[in-house]
Amino acid sequence: MAIGDYVPHAPGYVETPGTKIVTSRFTYEDSYTLERYEATGGYEGLKAALKRTPEEVHGETRDATLLGRGGAGFPAGIKWGFCPPEVWPRYLVVNGDESEPGTYKDRLLMERDPHQLIEGCLIACYAIGLSQCFLYVRGEMAIAQQRIADALNEAYAKGYIGQNILGSDFSVDIVLHWGAGAYIVGEETALIESLEGNRGMPRLKPPFFPAAVGLYGQPTIVNNVETLANLPWLMNNSAEEYKKYGSETSPGTRMFAVSGQVKRPGVYEVEQGVTTYEDLLYGDDYCQGMRDGRTLKAFVPGGGSAPWLFPEQVSLPLEARPVGAAGTMLGSGAIMVMDDSSCAVKSALRLVRFYARESCGKCTPCREGTSWEEKILQRIYDGHGRPGDIELLLDVADNISPGPYPVASDESQGLEAVPFPPKQTTICPLGPSSVAPITSALRRFRHEFDEKIAMAATANHPEISVDLDSKAEVSS
Amino acid sequence: MSRLSDANVALAHDIIRRYPRPKSALIPLLHLAQEQDGWVSDDAMSHLAELVGVTPAEVKGTCTFYEMFKLHPVGTYMVNICTNLSCQLLGGEELLHHAEETLGIRAGGTTEDGMFTIEDVECIAACTEAPCIQVNYRFGLRLTHDDFDDIIAALRAGNTPDKLITSNPGEPIPSHGTLGLARQTMTEEQTANIIAPEQIHEAPVWLTAAAKDN
Ligand SMILES: Cc1cc2nc3c(=O)[nH]c(=O)nc-3n(C[C@H](O)[C@H](O)[C@H](O)COP(=O)(O)O)c2cc1C
Ligand code: SF4
Ligand code: FES
Repeated sequence: MAIGDYVPHAPGYVETPGTKIVTSRFTYEDSYTLERYEATGGYEGLKAALKRTPEEVHGETRDATLLGRGGAGFPAGIKWGFCPPEVWPRYLVVNGDESEPGTYKDRLLMERDPHQLIEGCLIACYAIGLSQCFLYVRGEMAIAQQRIADALNEAYAKGYIGQNILGSDFSVDIVLHWGAGAYIVGEETALIESLEGNRGMPRLKPPFFPAAVGLYGQPTIVNNVETLANLPWLMNNSAEEYKKYGSETSPGTRMFAVSGQVKRPGVYEVEQGVTTYEDLLYGDDYCQGMRDGRTLKAFVPGGGSAPWLFPEQVSLPLEARPVGAAGTMLGSGAIMVMDDSSCAVKSALRLVRFYARESCGKCTPCREGTSWEEKILQRIYDGHGRPGDIELLLDVADNISPGPYPVASDESQGLEAVPFPPKQTTICPLGPSSVAPITSALRRFRHEFDEKIAMAATANHPEISVDLDSKAEVSS
Repeated sequence: MSRLSDANVALAHDIIRRYPRPKSALIPLLHLAQEQDGWVSDDAMSHLAELVGVTPAEVKGTCTFYEMFKLHPVGTYMVNICTNLSCQLLGGEELLHHAEETLGIRAGGTTEDGMFTIEDVECIAACTEAPCIQVNYRFGLRLTHDDFDDIIAALRAGNTPDKLITSNPGEPIPSHGTLGLARQTMTEEQTANIIAPEQIHEAPVWLTAAAKDN
């Protein structure tokens, strides 16, 4: 494989120039085996960590400013420090539930390099005294589960996990756990509920900040797969070395999945902060611009929950702060690109339907509101929109997330950006996330909504026919 | 349908032992029941309730929250077609319609011969490879309508379709209910210390030892 090529056994992953921190083994076909892992420096980071005190390992992680890759971008080293000092045991729950629309990176890391993740878990457990780790993999990821099961068995047999690891006094168990299809379980308190064998509904914060009150009421660190996958490299190198990549506030590299209407959609590991959306979308080594000679209409910059950005914002760096100030978030590193052939009403509907389907139902504004939003958008799209539907849509949205919603600036209308994050009347951010596609699409492309509603007013609707012979059945 | 077989009860105990509290094993156990029968029956749920020490209603409460658990028989092959944004932009809906037409069922339905169930699903973490599907949770990526037809034909003929990705080439596509083909195996001698949180009161030894050295 040459630079710039897809790596066939890691579908979507493109080998790009530059240092790889978490995807360095992806070009090997057998990257997931212990043999290959050990032959390419595997478990050396653990050995290096065990030679140092847990406190030093924690300190190195803090100094590296390793930002969480699950969505919120909170520094891992600081989060680890939130565990109350004298409460034991403490647990680690790895968030491998990856289900945010557009997000595709954790699955690759689990399928292609499971030992790297396991080594990262071990380093975290050693640093802050976590006595058991649960690797929660999304239910639908059968191959990732299979690869992790094999890897755990190999690592236990070799003494990397279990009692007195590599002859030290460090002992920990790692258990593969897997979900059963529910996006909300990616939210950390819902993840913990689910791991306790319950319906995956979020808990109220406070008091249920996992680092203080988590699994079984004990201090629990929840970290994303990609976050932990950085730790072996960090131990083999140093915080100082890590900070040579990326920018000051967003050091290191990050995996970005760019999907949608670009020439070469793919997953790219690039330096944060110094790379821009424009580099990714148009660069020769990356997506190479829009397909079929089309032009960019809008893009979702950080997973389905992120307010959209538009052509004039492409020069923004892939860095949490400026993107937040611009009215959206880097989120889960998922970029979905829409060209000028796409319909804004349809795109908003697709994303809103997701939140309506995935709402856990615990709080009313989200449970009722998201399905109202979907129904109103669906009827506008279907050509049955009514005058006042846009106002109704915004009113329902305002009940979920009151006040001005984060949104990008629009020079043509003289409108400034509203910075991230949104306000919420709900227990978790899922409800407010449903508002992002609505306000984004409406602020820029309101005419598309107006046109559909105007057409509905003049249309002569045919009678809706019902197919009574349909074999359709309803499944659970 | 049935309670867990003896072999699966042994596996269930193995799984329960990995958690500090038995109820935590519930989702993996529900998967085990679904692996055995292809769906999750009331009898199976009552059996799981006995195994982890909760009421059958609690098991059902958990079970019904999660989409992957089916409370009635479904096709041997669950065909999940993604229509979330990235797939929709590149023809995911058209692929769904094609599947509905060729199999003669709507999303949510099962073919009369019990071979296929189609579902219209949300993002399955393969967005750059749109439009994409899963068949019993094995991916088919960047599919044309012809590719889809080939997959169905191969499955009908009892073969592993070229276009579905398995962990090892040619590995069979198991029938609905079986996820990964490997299990974590953890013997009692291998485990470090899986005990209820109430029984742990002190910092782990490697922390205290390191603190003393300082
Ligand atoms: C609705 C919702 C869904 C989420 N889904 C995921 C997910 O699939 N994977 C993930 O790592 N984090 C997800 N998160 C973020 C987690 O709550 C949590 O912040 C993260 O796992 C922490 O890990 P990190 O600090 O390493 O990023 C989600 C959050 C919300 C509100
Ligand atoms: S906001 Fe929605 S998903 Fe989150 S807790 Fe409330 S109902 Fe559940
Ligand atoms: S949108 Fe289809 S896999 Fe993500």
